[in-house]
Amino acid sequence: MGEELVLMEGIEKSFPGVHALSQCHFELRSGEVHALVGENGAGKSTLMKVLSGVYKKDAGRILYKGKEVDIPNPRAALHLGISIIHQELNLMNHLTVAQNIFIGREPRRQVKFFLDDKKINEEAEKLFAMLHLNLDPRTKVADLTVAKQQMVEIVKALSFNAEVLIMDEPTAALTDTEIAELFRIVSHLREQGVGIVHISHRLEELKSISDRVTVMRDGQYINTVQTKEASIDQIIGMMVGRTIFEATPEVPENPSEEVVLEVKNLNLGRMVKDVSFNLKRGEILGFAGLVGAGRTEVARAIFGADTIDSGEIYVMGNKVQIKSPLDAVKNGIGYLSEDRKRYGLTLGMDVENNVVLASFNKFLGAFGWVNNDKTRSTANQMVNTLSIRTPSIQQKTKNLSGGNQQKVIVGKWLTADTDVLIFDEPTRGIDVGAKSEIYKLLNELARQGKSIIMISSELPEILRMSHRVIVMCEGRITGEINVADATQENIMKYATQRGGIIVDNSKSNSEPKPNHDLGTA
Amino acid sequence: METDAKIIQKKSLLRSDTTQRLLAFGALIILFVGFSIASPNFFQFNNVIGILLATAVNGVLALGVTFVIITAGIDLSVGTVMTFSAVMAGVFITFWKLPIQVGILGGLMAGAACGLVNGAVVAKMKVPPFIATLGMFYITKGLSLVISGLKPIYFNDTPVFRQVTMGSVLAPVLDPIAAPLNAMFKSSGNSFQIPSLEIPNAVLILFGAAIIASIILTKTILGRYTFALGSNEEATRLSGVNTVAWKMAVFTLCGAFAGLGGVMMASRLNSAQPALGSGYELDAIAAAVIGGTSLSGGEGTIIGTIIGAFIISVLTNGLRIMSVPQEWQMVVTGAIVILAVYLDILRRRQK
Repeated sequence: MGEELVLMEGIEKSFPGVHALSQCHFELRSGEVHALVGENGAGKSTLMKVLSGVYKKDAGRILYKGKEVDIPNPRAALHLGISIIHQELNLMNHLTVAQNIFIGREPRRQVKFFLDDKKINEEAEKLFAMLHLNLDPRTKVADLTVAKQQMVEIVKALSFNAEVLIMDEPTAALTDTEIAELFRIVSHLREQGVGIVHISHRLEELKSISDRVTVMRDGQYINTVQTKEASIDQIIGMMVGRTIFEATPEVPENPSEEVVLEVKNLNLGRMVKDVSFNLKRGEILGFAGLVGAGRTEVARAIFGADTIDSGEIYVMGNKVQIKSPLDAVKNGIGYLSEDRKRYGLTLGMDVENNVVLASFNKFLGAFGWVNNDKTRSTANQMVNTLSIRTPSIQQKTKNLSGGNQQKVIVGKWLTADTDVLIFDEPTRGIDVGAKSEIYKLLNELARQGKSIIMISSELPEILRMSHRVIVMCEGRITGEINVADATQENIMKYATQRGGIIVDNSKSNSEPKPNHDLGTA
Repeated sequence: METDAKIIQKKSLLRSDTTQRLLAFGALIILFVGFSIASPNFFQFNNVIGILLATAVNGVLALGVTFVIITAGIDLSVGTVMTFSAVMAGVFITFWKLPIQVGILGGLMAGAACGLVNGAVVAKMKVPPFIATLGMFYITKGLSLVISGLKPIYFNDTPVFRQVTMGSVLAPVLDPIAAPLNAMFKSSGNSFQIPSLEIPNAVLILFGAAIIASIILTKTILGRYTFALGSNEEATRLSGVNTVAWKMAVFTLCGAFAGLGGVMMASRLNSAQPALGSGYELDAIAAAVIGGTSLSGGEGTIIGTIIGAFIISVLTNGLRIMSVPQEWQMVVTGAIVILAVYLDILRRRQK
């Protein structure tokens, strides 16, 4: 580890109604990967947004290479050599890869008003070559996969010759291979003396990549430790302020044999090909696969968010036509999107209205009056049963943490009397403490006889929660495994089985059987 | 991997704005052929010139609006800013007796100034573009009437001013080329004669302005940021781009085009008509939208907008020639706007 690059002392930041940071401390040396951890709402992102000029600090001081600096805007931070990759992708979809990377500092021609498009592409190609990336600088960003878009963000941040690189949950949307690729780049940069701040919820990942860990809680600095000297349990303990043990896989109770939902030969464009499966009462059915395997598309098709090309859906043995989400809700199917903020909640509205949103009909009196007493009591009841942490049901949902937002959405679907709940990445962006609460909730729902489809890219989550696991790859179901037989390895094998099913004859009976009624490859 | 990239590239080519432009261009051709068959009076030199002339002002206004719409904004004031600029040109040339060049430049500047104010209100005061430019719509409408004293300002003392749009710098160049050919046709007993190519300057100004607009949009920093703003304004800001300044620049450019439209209008009518103007902004927006500019920002082309403007004029002209009453022309135009956008939505859904 080299010299000290950044020192932040006594940082204060308040937003209307929230004291986001109080007396925060952070230091970063050159050539280190410094992990910044904490539960959602702990203030990690806010602190880093102060460092990168997105927010202005209320008090405190920032030393950069020993000198006190003022960072009033993102541009000033970039000039100092501080780059940040934000949690949400910040790309311009209509522009090309190269145009995105060099936005704000485009190569110009002699007359400065004119752009040099040849040079911009060459420069981008140089960067890709340096990082061994296979990208075409002329592709529009909208046409790239999420993972590739993430790579564009990283290249963009690096292209500033950054000495400080802040990555806010860069791996959330990446597959394992892509994460390995990212870490290769990170190690490369560390060797060159770049100071890297890595914000992540995946603690195992931090363990493997970081040199030091700083823990924050409730907007306050807690401690900084050498990664080698701290166990994951200790770090979690500091994060939540209490010691929680990584729970052993909960053995789910066996579901009944009653089939609630059956899907036959579902087809939708390129992403859903001949998908057939069934879901039993009280079952948690895990949908595993790599990002882009078509799992979300299947969920959206069943929910009527997208119109299917062909296929049949049976609810409780009856064939149903689901042409819109309204039809799905009428048939007792609810969908919880991976993108809670965009598709799950009306963020500007309060908890109460979000809870009753999918079932307003139940709360209407004569002439379409909304029965406010009834909505209030229902919302309060949901807040209690699901232990949603909110000051009141009048709180706007955008002010809740990720875990509590997720619970509000669960409350919405429970209010709508849904029997089948499709959870798409239910714990994405949710911190460790709240994760186990979501898991408990899922188990409790299954115990009550709700049937759950859980799409997840985190294998430990799939293995821990599901009764049965369905694995998808490139729009097809490539395997179905009972949880007793499921391992990370065999799931990954199916998840990478491009081109359909490969029957492997050499395997013994304990190996899961490939699903044969899925059409040809 | 490589083939993957190729497939993606091919797909994006099919999906890109090219399709919409081809669609719009196809529609224009179909309209043109259809009207030519339906009425012998349509495909006549004078009528085609009439169509070109009728497109000139709306086309120029639409060029500016295209920039604003690509930033995911809207400008409802271009019609009345056009009028205001025409009135200011009248003030400079007829009232103050300034040289014509100065008067024309003054008209352009008046439009640009209105655009700058629009931009400041939108970018600095964070007033939504719809409201900001609606305000400017009323302000310039009122000011035009106040400044002109409710009466048209004529340019009778400066006959040259009318020549700026209605004269033809092309005719003296092209006619001598046509003359020997015509003589040849005559001597060979062919009754065909190339007509005098008196293409009014207004048409040249339109195409000149379109070329400049196209260069700005595709080759310059202003164009790049126009797309960036419309695609993801926050990301653009976080990349260290001064989004406030560039947004103001886009609105100013739009105002300047409206100013140019105003000067052209004044020249063509040989007068600044203070009561004219409202409704023009909607024609301009319609032209941009028919040409494939997305109201949600990030997409649009100049050639598309020009084709859109021509579709509107051809439609109006053709229906008039077929003696369809004016009120029905409007109904058809409205239906076309909706149809154009619907086709665009269908195309996007296909991906």
